[in-house]
Amino acid sequence: MLEASQLSVKYGPNVVVADVTLALQPGEVTAIIGPNGAGKSTLLQTFNGRLKPAAGRVTLDGHALDTLSRQTIARQIAVVAQEAELRFPVTVLEFVLGGRFAWASHTGWGWETARDLQIAEQILNETELLALNNRLMSELSGGERQRAVLARALATEAKYLLLDEPTANLDLSHQAALLYLVRKRCQTEKASALVVTHDVNLASEFADNILAMKNGKAIQYGPPGRVLTANLLHEVFGVSALVDAHPTSGAPRVTPVYQQTG
Amino acid sequence: MAIATSSISGRVTARKTLIACGVLLFALLGGIGIMALVGSETLPARASVCSLLSFGNSTCGLTSEQFDILFQIRLPRILLAAAVGGSLATAGASYQALLRNPLAEPYLLGISNGAAVGTMIALVFFGANEWSRPTLAFSGALLATFVVYRLARGRAGATPERLILSGVIVTTFLSSVIVFITTLMDATRIRSFTFWLLGDLSGTSKTLLPLTIGIAVLGAVILSLNARSLNLLMLGERDAFDLGVEVGRVRLVVFIVASLLVGSSVAASGSVGYVGLVVPHLARLSLGSDNRISIPAAALGGAIFVMVADTLARTVIAPRELPVGAITALIGAPLFIYLLRRS
Repeated sequence: MLEASQLSVKYGPNVVVADVTLALQPGEVTAIIGPNGAGKSTLLQTFNGRLKPAAGRVTLDGHALDTLSRQTIARQIAVVAQEAELRFPVTVLEFVLGGRFAWASHTGWGWETARDLQIAEQILNETELLALNNRLMSELSGGERQRAVLARALATEAKYLLLDEPTANLDLSHQAALLYLVRKRCQTEKASALVVTHDVNLASEFADNILAMKNGKAIQYGPPGRVLTANLLHEVFGVSALVDAHPTSGAPRVTPVYQQTG
Repeated sequence: MAIATSSISGRVTARKTLIACGVLLFALLGGIGIMALVGSETLPARASVCSLLSFGNSTCGLTSEQFDILFQIRLPRILLAAAVGGSLATAGASYQALLRNPLAEPYLLGISNGAAVGTMIALVFFGANEWSRPTLAFSGALLATFVVYRLARGRAGATPERLILSGVIVTTFLSSVIVFITTLMDATRIRSFTFWLLGDLSGTSKTLLPLTIGIAVLGAVILSLNARSLNLLMLGERDAFDLGVEVGRVRLVVFIVASLLVGSSVAASGSVGYVGLVVPHLARLSLGSDNRISIPAAALGGAIFVMVADTLARTVIAPRELPVGAITALIGAPLFIYLLRRS
């Protein structure tokens, strides 16, 4: 299990995450929502050891992250972040095979095994990128690139997926398709996903639990029905919102009410 | 499996690497033989090749003067050129991947100048000790590497422009240090120093040649073994970290090994510029960005490039010589401008 207990993170003197405790349950998707600067991404980055906590700790199956090697962590925890700018030509297949790095034997040049290729092919197929596998990453559209980033994370076979705004560049159908893939991975492999998102309704549809954050603090944690209430949304985001049930799924549906002032 | 057929051009394999490196190695060995025949003194081709193939055990009918020209003058110089070219191209390819910058190059980043200052300090203060030159050149290169890296790293990480700018600052600073040290020398040595600074392979040292070759081979092997980590670092430090690369360790290995390569090259031949830019770029252009193929290919290609450039340097205005650095810069500078405009 991947869990954070009483976690605090500081940037210099500023406390960005304050005393957050969160465990990722097997087979479940957890969403983190909150306004800009709430500490959502910071919390996410602490979960794979990229940022060091000022207090508290993150443990993977009972071991503190800083006692584990990068290879061990990368086999268990994969990250889908906003992609960095590419400065060298890389094909989609090469990019996705990057996800197999932690499984390579480091005694030689680390050539990909037949199994690496098989996994890459299967995931390229699932993310509808197989036909593009020889294309350069720089030739893809923003949405295709975002899917390649997800494909690379899935190729790690990690039990824990950390996703930072994974749907930011995607159209409606690909947003749903991406989160469906994440859900599927959680269900079939008993994996867990932690998703930072600004899209409260997407969180409502796809998450089993939601953590609402504000100013680095955890305000509320629980199933969407309990977290997404008009009161809480007002407390966290400072907006008035109507909350009703989605007509087909029954999940809470949030509609902000914009009041004109003056 | 669809991928087995469709991926052939989308991925570098061990087989493709072996073939590419085999072809380049063959070209390098063949080139050594051909370049040995070229020069102000014409050697009989057949006898020379015969003697080279016997590793100098047989004269094959060469006169003792011809034999000495071949084995005492030309061959050491050609081997040194190959070692220097291989070292600089390997270092360049690794810096480019690590620093995520296609323009990173030992000469442009000021690392060659760091090694040059080290070498000059060795020559002026420890002239008697031959080993002081590569040692201090390595120290100078390593120091310059860290300074440029620290300068380039802003709060938002190192941008390509900032890196090159830091390189320019360090280069110009070290250039003035070099001028300062030069003024401490007597007039007769200044000319040979100026020549050496531009890259000069004529002063091959018998003791340092095996060291330079050894470091070139060892460096290329060590950096090739880190190539898969460098592939991910090329995509970004954060991605590499997330995917399991020990970023700090790989960075340290590249900095130390590349500084060794640059240090030993500069100690042997001065600052031969642009090799680390031209050769890795051509390697990536023809074989793809995967460092598992582009680093060893750059090493062998760099060896061939400087070997040919030096043969030109010692023959075009024979019996006088050009500094080999002038030839590499003549080819490299226009390419640099082309790359800068494209990026």
